[in-house]
Amino acid sequence: MTAPAIELKGISKAFGPVQANKDISIRVMSGTIHGIIGENGAGKSTLMSILYGFYKADAGEIFISGNKTEIPDSQAAIAAGIGMVFQHFKLVENFTVLENIILGAEDGGLLKPSLSKARKTLLDLEKEYDLKVNPDAVIEEIGVGMQQRVEILKALYRQANILILDEPTGVLTPAEADQLFRILGRLKEEGKTIILITHKLREIMDITDTVSVMRRGEMTATVKTAETSPEELAELMVGRKVLLRVDKKPATPGDVVLDVQNLKVVDEQGVERVKGINLQVRAGEIVGIAGVAGNGQSELLEVLGGYADATGTVTLNGTPIDLTGKHSDGRSRRDRGIAHVPEDRQREGLIMDFAAWENTAFGYHRDEAYTSGLLSNNAAIKADTAEKMERFDVRPPHPHLAAKNFSGGNQQKIVLAREIERNPDLLLIGQPTRGVDIGAIEFIHQQIVALRDQGKAILLVSVELEEILGLADRVAVMFDGQIMGERQTDATDEKELGLLMAGITDTDKPHDFAEIEANLAHAHGDASKGA
Amino acid sequence: MDFLALFDLSVLDSTVRLATPLLLACLAGLFSERAGIFDIGLEGKMLFAAFFSAAVAAMSGSVWLGLLAGIAASMALSGIHGLASITFRGNQLISGVAINFLAAGLTVLIAQDWFQQGGRTPSLIGGGRFEPIILPFAEAARSVPFIGPIYAELISGHSILVYVALLAVPGTWWLLFRTRFGLRLRAVGENPAAVDTAGVSVVGLRFVAVGICGMLCGIAGAYLATGLQAGFVKDMTAGRGFIALAALIFAKWRPWHALWATLLFGYLQAIALRPDIIEGALGFRVQVQLLDALPYILTVVILAGFVGKAIPPRAGGEPYVKER
Amino acid sequence: MDVMPKWAEVILVPLISLILAAILSALVILAIGEDPVAAVNLMVTGALGSSYGWGYTLYYATNFMFTGLAVSVAFHAGLFNIGGEGQAMLGGLGVALVLLFIPWPHWTVALLAAALGAAVFGALWAAIPAYLQAKRGSHIVITTIMFNFIAAAVLNYMLVNQLRPQGAMDPATARFPEAVHLPNLHEVLAPIGINFSKAAPANVSLLIAIVACVLVWLLIWRTPLGLEIRSYGKSGRAAKYAGIGAVRITMVAMLISGALAGMMAINNVMGEAERLVLNAVEGAGFIGIAVALMGRSHPFGVFLAAILFGFLYQGGAELALWTSIPRELIVVIQALVILFTGALDNMVRMPLERMFLAARTARTSKSVEPAE
Repeated sequence: MTAPAIELKGISKAFGPVQANKDISIRVMSGTIHGIIGENGAGKSTLMSILYGFYKADAGEIFISGNKTEIPDSQAAIAAGIGMVFQHFKLVENFTVLENIILGAEDGGLLKPSLSKARKTLLDLEKEYDLKVNPDAVIEEIGVGMQQRVEILKALYRQANILILDEPTGVLTPAEADQLFRILGRLKEEGKTIILITHKLREIMDITDTVSVMRRGEMTATVKTAETSPEELAELMVGRKVLLRVDKKPATPGDVVLDVQNLKVVDEQGVERVKGINLQVRAGEIVGIAGVAGNGQSELLEVLGGYADATGTVTLNGTPIDLTGKHSDGRSRRDRGIAHVPEDRQREGLIMDFAAWENTAFGYHRDEAYTSGLLSNNAAIKADTAEKMERFDVRPPHPHLAAKNFSGGNQQKIVLAREIERNPDLLLIGQPTRGVDIGAIEFIHQQIVALRDQGKAILLVSVELEEILGLADRVAVMFDGQIMGERQTDATDEKELGLLMAGITDTDKPHDFAEIEANLAHAHGDASKGA
Repeated sequence: MDFLALFDLSVLDSTVRLATPLLLACLAGLFSERAGIFDIGLEGKMLFAAFFSAAVAAMSGSVWLGLLAGIAASMALSGIHGLASITFRGNQLISGVAINFLAAGLTVLIAQDWFQQGGRTPSLIGGGRFEPIILPFAEAARSVPFIGPIYAELISGHSILVYVALLAVPGTWWLLFRTRFGLRLRAVGENPAAVDTAGVSVVGLRFVAVGICGMLCGIAGAYLATGLQAGFVKDMTAGRGFIALAALIFAKWRPWHALWATLLFGYLQAIALRPDIIEGALGFRVQVQLLDALPYILTVVILAGFVGKAIPPRAGGEPYVKER
Repeated sequence: MDVMPKWAEVILVPLISLILAAILSALVILAIGEDPVAAVNLMVTGALGSSYGWGYTLYYATNFMFTGLAVSVAFHAGLFNIGGEGQAMLGGLGVALVLLFIPWPHWTVALLAAALGAAVFGALWAAIPAYLQAKRGSHIVITTIMFNFIAAAVLNYMLVNQLRPQGAMDPATARFPEAVHLPNLHEVLAPIGINFSKAAPANVSLLIAIVACVLVWLLIWRTPLGLEIRSYGKSGRAAKYAGIGAVRITMVAMLISGALAGMMAINNVMGEAERLVLNAVEGAGFIGIAVALMGRSHPFGVFLAAILFGFLYQGGAELALWTSIPRELIVVIQALVILFTGALDNMVRMPLERMFLAARTARTSKSVEPAE
């Protein structure tokens, strides 16, 4: 038997007091696709970043093709034939594709020869692996799918034999993801070894040969994909049996609470991000907005939450709300009964350095209950926080602890408690479970459903199709700033929504990838023209 | 009224001389900020270099030794800035402020200790100064109409550092946009993670950039004390480092634009020295204090938006921390 | 994750930074051929050894409390106001105009009016850079620096061309009327039986500075506006989400900051010089930066740091008087304090964090948390 392409022995890594990897050992056989699956925070990315020399392990050994190899930095990893495509691409936005590809792998001190050599090599790679890119396109003007291909080409240009991909499908439409998997299959045929990090069970089952499961910084199992099932993997990930579905009764929608008509949003660069959408949310229903990140969902939430200007009409319970001017801010929206759990809880929903009690008042800090005269009533805020923490099972239940010291799930509970305990008419909620562990996901979903059952209107934005299908009653799909279609969630599936997400509305006809790709490229071209 | 007098050859001549330290400092800032390190300590570095170049030139009688000492002194301060903002990932603005004060205090302290002349160096004479270089045929060409005087007065007759500064413009452009080093430097100011994952040291690149910045500031300071003037006096940079910074923003971090921007500021300083010309041209007297304040006011006006949208290097001012 | 306990963060880190700055300062003194121990002795005797010395120390400290608070308030909003110097100059102009052109019956009313005048002028001088930052995105650090230079030109013009009494040679205003003379600490403390130096310039403004410390503390930590200022300083996006306007907070924080810097003038212009001179501020605006950094932008910290710098300033003046060490030594010390407590903060913090982490892991080898 030949030596494995990669063997890690006893890898440990701590960030301050947090143990991200604990004594991890793993073997990845040459010419296979090896999946690493685990929840958010299980330590997958840390482990792979160590293999790529991005972080330094506290302990442990790395063997490449049977040889013990020190990887103190990325340069050493590249020399050992390892390439990595990070979840957040490491590209220089205002450089061309070609410049990004040669960066760090130039030939000699002058640019011109390096660039012309790279152009030739790129043509070869393109033929070999069917990876088409325009070498002179500037990164910020091409779509994410294309950017990802640049990342893969960067690795291949450096003659990587081992390719690590960290959550590569998070930013892709289902069709683009399928195309990526075809490319990975091709790479495998050429003898490359691929490590795929993901938290999506379906991807693991579809494409990997072997799968390793990580939980809480430890490697819990490595199994052949053919010999396992999604249920078994889920249990290994979480450590107990999990419900893969949200338990809820059918909705009984009432009156229209939120009515959006011809809403348009133009961003600071003058690019139209939302292109005249119409949408209604009724009392007692959850409406999901599906779509690949960056197609106008965030802007929709921002406008409804009061922190971006827009044109069009939005009414709440029949009364219009201001979309510009001084009554169009977060505070005015709260006064009108709109609560908002923002997409980015660490940068918007919370101030990480503030104590939990300050975060509980945040946004509502001028409420009568929280003030006495000119001053804040800190005692009242703290008492209220303690109460909310108990009701939402926030752990540890210490109002004085800074937000950054809570786990993702508990941070989200603090935000959720603040927003929904105020009995809003409409709840806006973006990416409710991003970076949240499965235990907390169940709790958060239950809270949202309970709020719906109290007759509140809920607008849910999520890039996780599974979450939308499980939680929402109705789904609207956004693509390129428009709503491509609305469906009842019990009368649609991932495939249909996937086509809508790529901007294709006649979902009952067959479509090939080239058509989808052309559509996406066209939409992106539109967006970048204004910039 | 004589508007043309505003562009009198003698005014333009001193424009070139006054623009030189601004240009060198502006290019210094360009290297640093293109690499993602903001530097409001240009002022302090220039001042430090001005003192040490004047002091060493005065003691050794060699302006070249003075220049080297100035560069070394300025680079030492760059080292502190690098230590604070690259190694220890501190606040780059605060580090810059500290460096400015350090230079302001130390120069006087050391000057007093070495020379006992109330915080100044002795006046430089002979080989202690950079002398003007008369370009070939300057005198002979003077008689050629129009072009002749321009060649003889405006182009010829500056000290070598003026020509060094002017050559530094294409030099910077070439280095930045035509070499591997330039590609990496620009990349590290835009997205250091891209450089890091490509196997290039972010810390190393940034230190080199900050080092070049120190070197250019050193030349700028040496020029102030040994070319433009003959010796060091307390606080002699008089805000030039900040004006250079404003010019850098005005130039949107591009070398050729930096030249035009610093020439403009140099012109303002030159014209402020000649109230007689302004009065002759405009027909009324302008308060001397207004003329003094003019470069600073113009800086504010420019910063207020006549530059259009100036987009600084994206990673500028942010210490590079590998994300968790 | 917080690694260090709060006391280490608040006391240990600044203390170690300060010690490092002190060691380097001592080396500087050694390098110029003087004896650091003798220098410190001289400074302590000169600044703290008599009520005369204390009177100067507290006088300087009063200035630094105002400018330190000014920098701190802006820091809380994430703004770096380097313009305290210019704002204090303009504050002086405000005081001079109020006191020269309106006949005041008694110093108490005059003090209130002068403080208001100083605050308004200082705030206005901060308002322009604030507006440009908020509305046009002009970098406030550079604009406030420019406004220091412009302020110097304005003051020069006002003193040389407008306010200088006829026939006077030096660029300064006339003396303020006798009625607006502020009681100094001698006059304040005499009724309660304390005999304080008559000659020292410390005056009732000190009490106003202390009140300002308390008010700023209330503002920052006990009012909704304070929460908004701190939120904006920590995260612009979160503030936007919460409906906290960026323009409003930038303006409000800078107006308060400029007003505080301007109010320094009741001490140096009204209390001490009793006329406006060209170099009235003497760098106190810049020392405010060091004071705010040392005091961790907390009013109590600012109070302590201001007294420390008051001591350094008065001690430095004594040194300049009795030895060949120039006053610029204080600028060097100030630079080192800014460097160590501000920019090289992590140099002190990182090893400390490692120590505390090691101690903690030794105590409890459990508490394992996963992270990506």
